[in-house]
Amino acid sequence: MALTQHDTKHIAHLARLDLSDEELAVYTTQLSSILAYVEQLNTVDTAGIEYHYQVPGLEHAMAVDEVNACDAQTRAALMDTVPARTGEVIKVKAVFGA
Amino acid sequence: MSLHTLTLFQAHHGMQSKEFSCSELVESCLNAIASRDEAVHAYLTVTEDIARASAQKVDEKIHRGIPLKPLEGIPAAVKDVLMMAGIRTTAGSKILEHYVATYDATVIKKLKKEGVVFLGKTNLDEFAMGASTENSAFGPTRNPWDLSRVPGGSSGGSAAAVAADECIFSLGSDTGGSIRQPAGFCGVTGLKPTYGAVSRYGLIAMASSLDQIGPFAKTAQDAAWVFDAIRGSDPYDSSSHRGDGKPVTPHLEHSIHGLRIGIPNEYFIDGMDADVERLVRDALDVLQTMGCELFDISLPHTQYGLAAYYINTPAEVSANMARYDGIRYGYSSPDAANLMETYCQSRGRGLGKEVQRRIMLGTYVLAAGYYDAYYKKAQKVRHLLQQDFMRAFRSVDCIVTPTSPGFPFRIGEKANDPLTMYLADIFTVPASLAGIPGVSVPCGFVQREQSQLPVGMQLLGPHFGEEVILRVGHQYQRETGWHTQKPQLAFAAV
Repeated sequence: MALTQHDTKHIAHLARLDLSDEELAVYTTQLSSILAYVEQLNTVDTAGIEYHYQVPGLEHAMAVDEVNACDAQTRAALMDTVPARTGEVIKVKAVFGA
Repeated sequence: MSLHTLTLFQAHHGMQSKEFSCSELVESCLNAIASRDEAVHAYLTVTEDIARASAQKVDEKIHRGIPLKPLEGIPAAVKDVLMMAGIRTTAGSKILEHYVATYDATVIKKLKKEGVVFLGKTNLDEFAMGASTENSAFGPTRNPWDLSRVPGGSSGGSAAAVAADECIFSLGSDTGGSIRQPAGFCGVTGLKPTYGAVSRYGLIAMASSLDQIGPFAKTAQDAAWVFDAIRGSDPYDSSSHRGDGKPVTPHLEHSIHGLRIGIPNEYFIDGMDADVERLVRDALDVLQTMGCELFDISLPHTQYGLAAYYINTPAEVSANMARYDGIRYGYSSPDAANLMETYCQSRGRGLGKEVQRRIMLGTYVLAAGYYDAYYKKAQKVRHLLQQDFMRAFRSVDCIVTPTSPGFPFRIGEKANDPLTMYLADIFTVPASLAGIPGVSVPCGFVQREQSQLPVGMQLLGPHFGEEVILRVGHQYQRETGWHTQKPQLAFAAV
């Protein structure tokens, strides 16, 4: 499937990637050639194939639904990695009206 | 003393019998790093103080006559995609350049409990995406056998560190070949366990249905020791599975006489290097003289493995990479005027080209209108590949293939065409998609210009068949000497 630069720009926006026009041009060519390669799967007969997302030997791996609160030291370490914060609250730019 | 050139087995027995101390062993490795790593660039972070402090504790134990656990006091390196609390963890990316891990991965917790001495974090292709370590945001790692060539990837730093004796063993991760291929390129042993055998908790995720952590070591026996220490089910990883729970190490000496080895014709193709093919066929002859029975088999859907992988994996990557949004950790654009700009600028600037490529590919194949044609189709083909292996393992115990169609290429040679780089993984990807274990062991060298370049043979087993493949690898290594050869680096003598 040959992508247009318009397609690539749309995909980049969905993927939340800011790209220059030069980058968009290069990616358009590269993505088109990769898609052309993977499209060979269209020649494989997969009629009637049922697939399942299973790890061999495992079924219904469950966990008890209870909260394990983290200790103060880990909490402090986690907050230290936050780029913008006020006290214990993570700061973000305005969600509405962007 | 050249203690850094020892195997894990030798190092353990040497410390236990007080031939040398743990501190001497660790110091030898740190000296090797100091004199070699400027050229090799295997390490991103070296944790000397932690290593020396750990070594002292082990020496106190030895002094008090307390017997050492198998991995106790052994100096190891860790691919910088595994969380180690308090240590910078970058995933080879600018977006995590200054990120300090807030917890230990389960495998790290386990190895700390076993008394392993951690030397530092190794270089990788950014977020484990690549086959040459050229995609690292911090410069490539160089192959110790020829510094103008790649060590393979994505775990190039971990492979090179073992090959250059800058550690006794290392940990890497393998999604489509990222342990096996660099092991082959660097002349060391590298194991990708069965999917689920080792907990992924604390492994920075790339493709969650494929990722596995595994060891690089100087011998298959060493790899078995490490595998037994890191495996096991983990409540923090619901895809982890104990298998039959039987340790591999006690079975390494069991006879391989009569063991049935399958040779799939789809892995000996036109266009692969003739010397590589010859070396793998020679290795098969050795296994035959050792009493194994060889059978020609077919894995008919092999040719579609790479295409299925490069739909499935970018799809999972696009989901796993969504967390790098400049909000909770990592690089956040200071110029963003609003939330959308925070996301787009942080990711646009912080993520490298290969990562961006795969995110976009994944976004596309999962998009409405394309999901059935690409992603769902790839899952069905994946199922066919799994069936190929399961059918084969009804009549053979182990499958042998070349690890790569070629040998270590020059740095920069494949950098311009992503698809050419993807083809480097053509023999490792099907086993990843099937979730089966695979180990690469050295089986010889090709001569190119002035350099001896390593070639690896890949041994594949059924699910939780690590015991079979490591047993064959170990006994093959007892019969041959490829794995004992060391690169003649142009370094000052250590």
